[in-house]
Amino acid sequence: MDIINQISEHLQKGEDQKVHKLTKSALDQQKSPLEILNDGLIAGMNIIGDQFRAHDIFLPDVLLAAKAMYAGMDLLKPMLIKEGIPSRGKVVIGSVQGDLHDIGKNLVGIMLKGAGYEVIDLGNDVAPEKFVDTAKGNNAGVIGMSALLTTTMTVMKQVVDIIKREELSGQIKTIIGGAPVSKAFADEIGADEYGYDVGHAVERIKAMTGHN
Amino acid sequence: MRQFFIPRIEKIEPSREGVFLSQGIARGVKPSKKIVELYSTALLLYRELAEPKGVIETISVQDFSQVYSGMGLNEKKTPLATIYPQSQYLAILAFTLGEAISQEITRLFKNNDFALGSMLDSVASEGADMATRIGEQEFYQFLMAKDQCKPSTTVLLYSPGYCGWHISAQKRLFEYLEPEEIGITLNQRFLMVPLKSITGVLVAGKRDIHIFKNNYSFCDKCNHRSCIMRINEQKKR
Repeated sequence: MDIINQISEHLQKGEDQKVHKLTKSALDQQKSPLEILNDGLIAGMNIIGDQFRAHDIFLPDVLLAAKAMYAGMDLLKPMLIKEGIPSRGKVVIGSVQGDLHDIGKNLVGIMLKGAGYEVIDLGNDVAPEKFVDTAKGNNAGVIGMSALLTTTMTVMKQVVDIIKREELSGQIKTIIGGAPVSKAFADEIGADEYGYDVGHAVERIKAMTGHN
Repeated sequence: MRQFFIPRIEKIEPSREGVFLSQGIARGVKPSKKIVELYSTALLLYRELAEPKGVIETISVQDFSQVYSGMGLNEKKTPLATIYPQSQYLAILAFTLGEAISQEITRLFKNNDFALGSMLDSVASEGADMATRIGEQEFYQFLMAKDQCKPSTTVLLYSPGYCGWHISAQKRLFEYLEPEEIGITLNQRFLMVPLKSITGVLVAGKRDIHIFKNNYSFCDKCNHRSCIMRINEQKKR
């Protein structure tokens, strides 16, 4: 089997050490970093994403694959930066002000990186202005917000309102998620998208950025 | 009454099924060997790192109304506003699993051990939920020992940050209970450190007072299903 396919296969099995070793071998064989990234790592993560959406595998399987992807990415990243290879887009993510819960948000970030996006993770307890300023400053097309508390959901509206007020609606799109958040709430506050779980959020972001 | 409780770790050890559910693995589904191993490792870490501590203090309806009002930011109508005045007894509870668990989850994520970090997070969240059940039982047993309730009395916990009770009420709750004594502090945005901590009011009363229709102004925007599950449990009793 071609080494690129082997990378994809072992990534799908969550074998991070093997992916690291194979990525190193592929580079030694003069395979291009972009080919390894797209046809090995991202291709593998895409298959994992499809299996996850089909409920054939579960979140831990996805996260094991993500660890394997990072094992390969650690080797590729310096080269990709050096070669100036663009990502699929930039996404700013964070848990909204007043919320310290960040596991769901972290998982979205991990999967977005696996899908080839550049993720700017602002952490938790993020002020509305910081979301927008960071997106503006980094030319990010998407802001992803997460909340676990029902009383912090309202901060999401503040972010959407700032984007509208600054007439950035065409440039910066918003997606919201978290246990208490619903599609009805997303519609009410004017968010562009709602992700009901990690996989769905990534799928919607792909659609928003034209990478279906 | 001010009472501390330190649940034995095996009493707050979540079931595999409960943890798997929070990982999106439905009942009856057989997960892979790798997932089962992750759960076992997370459970070992949980047993090693959890430092469970809780405190309960009784409070009058009058004093609780001050705690409940907090900074005046609650929704106009909330279930708890209707429930607590009908209670027989009230107590404030705080519980924590300690800082070491949260630090380990953060460390695992930083080291790209996402699957184990996420599994440990689920184990700890389920464990903290189980501890609140112990807190409810502690208060119930305290009332029973004092002949202050009937076997039919139901004790349930309601927490700030949910169902229209604004998180800012934590400030007054902390002033009343002083859970710093068990290592829980509040930050400027009323969030608790360590993260795996729970506070709330234990409401003891007739079963029916806990049953409400989830048709409040905020319910249609909320995807939490725990209120419905708790109400259904009460209806079955």
